[in-house]
Amino acid sequence: MISFVIRRLFTLLPLLFGITMLVFVLMSLAPGDFLTPVRAQRDVPEELIRSIEVEFGLDQPWYVQYWKWLTNVCQGNLGHSWVYKLPVTDLIGQRALATFLLSLSALLFSWCIAIPLGVLAAIYKDSIFDRISAALAYAALSIPEFFLALLLVFFAAQTGWFPMGGATSFGYEYMSLWGQIVDRAQHLLLPTLALGIGSIASIMRIMRANFLDAMRAHYVQTARAKGLSEFISMFRHALRNAINPLLSAFGFAFSGLLSGALMVEIVLQYPGLGQLMYQSILREDQFVVLASVMLGCTMLVVGNLLSDILLAWSDPRIRLEQKD
Amino acid sequence: MNLRQIFIELFSRPLGIASASVLGLLYFSAIFAGFLATQATNEQDLERTYHPPTKIFFKEGGLRVQAYQLVDPSTAAYEPVEGKSYPLQIFGRGFEYRLFGLIPTDRHLLTLADEAGSFYLLGSDSTGRDVFSRLLYGAQVSLFIGLIGITITTTLGFLVGGLSGYFAGRTDFVVMRLVEFLMAIPGLYLLLSLRAALAPYFESDQMFFVIVIILAFIGWAGTARILRGMTLSIRKHQYVAAAESMGQHPLRILQKHVLPNLVSYLLVAATLSIPGYVLGEAALSFLGLGIQEPAASWGLMLSQAQDVKVFYLNFWWMLAPGFAIFVTVIAYNVLGDVLRDIVDPNMQTR
Repeated sequence: MISFVIRRLFTLLPLLFGITMLVFVLMSLAPGDFLTPVRAQRDVPEELIRSIEVEFGLDQPWYVQYWKWLTNVCQGNLGHSWVYKLPVTDLIGQRALATFLLSLSALLFSWCIAIPLGVLAAIYKDSIFDRISAALAYAALSIPEFFLALLLVFFAAQTGWFPMGGATSFGYEYMSLWGQIVDRAQHLLLPTLALGIGSIASIMRIMRANFLDAMRAHYVQTARAKGLSEFISMFRHALRNAINPLLSAFGFAFSGLLSGALMVEIVLQYPGLGQLMYQSILREDQFVVLASVMLGCTMLVVGNLLSDILLAWSDPRIRLEQKD
Repeated sequence: MNLRQIFIELFSRPLGIASASVLGLLYFSAIFAGFLATQATNEQDLERTYHPPTKIFFKEGGLRVQAYQLVDPSTAAYEPVEGKSYPLQIFGRGFEYRLFGLIPTDRHLLTLADEAGSFYLLGSDSTGRDVFSRLLYGAQVSLFIGLIGITITTTLGFLVGGLSGYFAGRTDFVVMRLVEFLMAIPGLYLLLSLRAALAPYFESDQMFFVIVIILAFIGWAGTARILRGMTLSIRKHQYVAAAESMGQHPLRILQKHVLPNLVSYLLVAATLSIPGYVLGEAALSFLGLGIQEPAASWGLMLSQAQDVKVFYLNFWWMLAPGFAIFVTVIAYNVLGDVLRDIVDPNMQTR
């Protein structure tokens, strides 16, 4: 198991290498560099600019620049953000945490609602409930996340029930621990809704199909035949097996959320990784873009890895296959 | 199953008819945008910003439009003027445009006979432009970007995936690693990086092409991957071996023997992936990175709805482009699902 995890983490390296190279080429295609706005500022001393030019090899072709950047990264120096006047490492840590928190809460929210709904829709197949939930799932899958986010902002502004924008309120530092948690949760509510509703629909559909398959399986028939109650045969025998395939969708769901989070973060002004990446692209803040793309991809691969581990843990057949 | 049979089957199902007619209506209004529009897309009226949708009623033997007056300019509050209204003309003369981009004309479905009045079917935006007319012109961009994009990706995906599956071996290995690489990057992140790199080389009115290129670049990987798998299995058939032994060129084998087997799949996959293009364009334009003013697209129009004023003063009609996107996406999804049920219910489309 451990060797499997290590092997998977190793495949991450060439991926990150390729992605950063791609982003680097793309960014160097655009005219100007991240120092262009800095040169226009009067308060930045000439020597500093020159030292940065040398440090990152700005006067040289992109592959030399890339190599310099890479060696810097390997030494833990992700560069400097010119917009925020901060080292990228400091900047990106809190943003990544915010996005991770958002994706996680959206995931939990959607799974907690989608699994029971999917099971109910399968048990009462072809009932009015099944039909309505299927139609709603269609609608939820088709509504663009940023439009949903916009509708939620509209709703929040009209009712005034929810805080708008940000991850924390003004004066967050002075709150008690409990107050801080509540405050964060309040700010997470709308982004979670905007991000989660789409995945509720897709997970519900998968869950319904899985559960229908499991209900027809022989082991459920056996359970019924030996006189177990309907409740136990459904929940102890069918549900466990129906949930398995969902675990493999976990990584996929996570990656979808990461991508979707970008738009939701921008519309709802939630200070996450996606919003940072968007603003940095607009301002050609090269190192921030590179670092956030890198982090986004890493989170994606780790999400996939996590789902593989979960799957192996829950399904003995997969575990045994790997030993062979 | 050939295409004819698929279409006959499609129009015998209620959901198929419903989704196809919704899409037909949408594309019809995009094509006849000039005729259906009540005002030119860029006709501003700073006196009438955020005008609410005007009431239409039937009186004195014709359709009439209620007259409004501005009560409070700071909150853009309008009130109907009692007893004052303007008559509506059908097939009247209005602004000049070119039908299908060719025939110059100035006839419109609905126009206001009196110049003094104002007529907003779906209200006006922050510079007093008619939202309904812009919605129609925006449809030309938002709806056709999907069709053009999918044509490019399907062609590219078929060529790359087909050749990769046909030759197998080393070519296949390299191409598939490239595909996996592209698929491993979170879509929107790649979208933004590509746009940052490409945009400076184009004029702002050429953004349409930039968006198409970007979306096609991201989209082909998934198609290629699935088509490669299907080509691998088709390749094993005897008729392919026969064609090979007759010395036919690989491209010709792909076209004559492989493609016909993939047509129904391609149709379903294309229908189900068009929403991705519509959404991609909408997202880019919404962020201000896609179609630029003064041109119209649904995403661009929606970005105006981000204004605080819109939220607090309840200018709900500004959200209309969002509903248009929603309706388009849902219609394509339903159509795609119906097509999939007809062709092969167990088809893997992602």
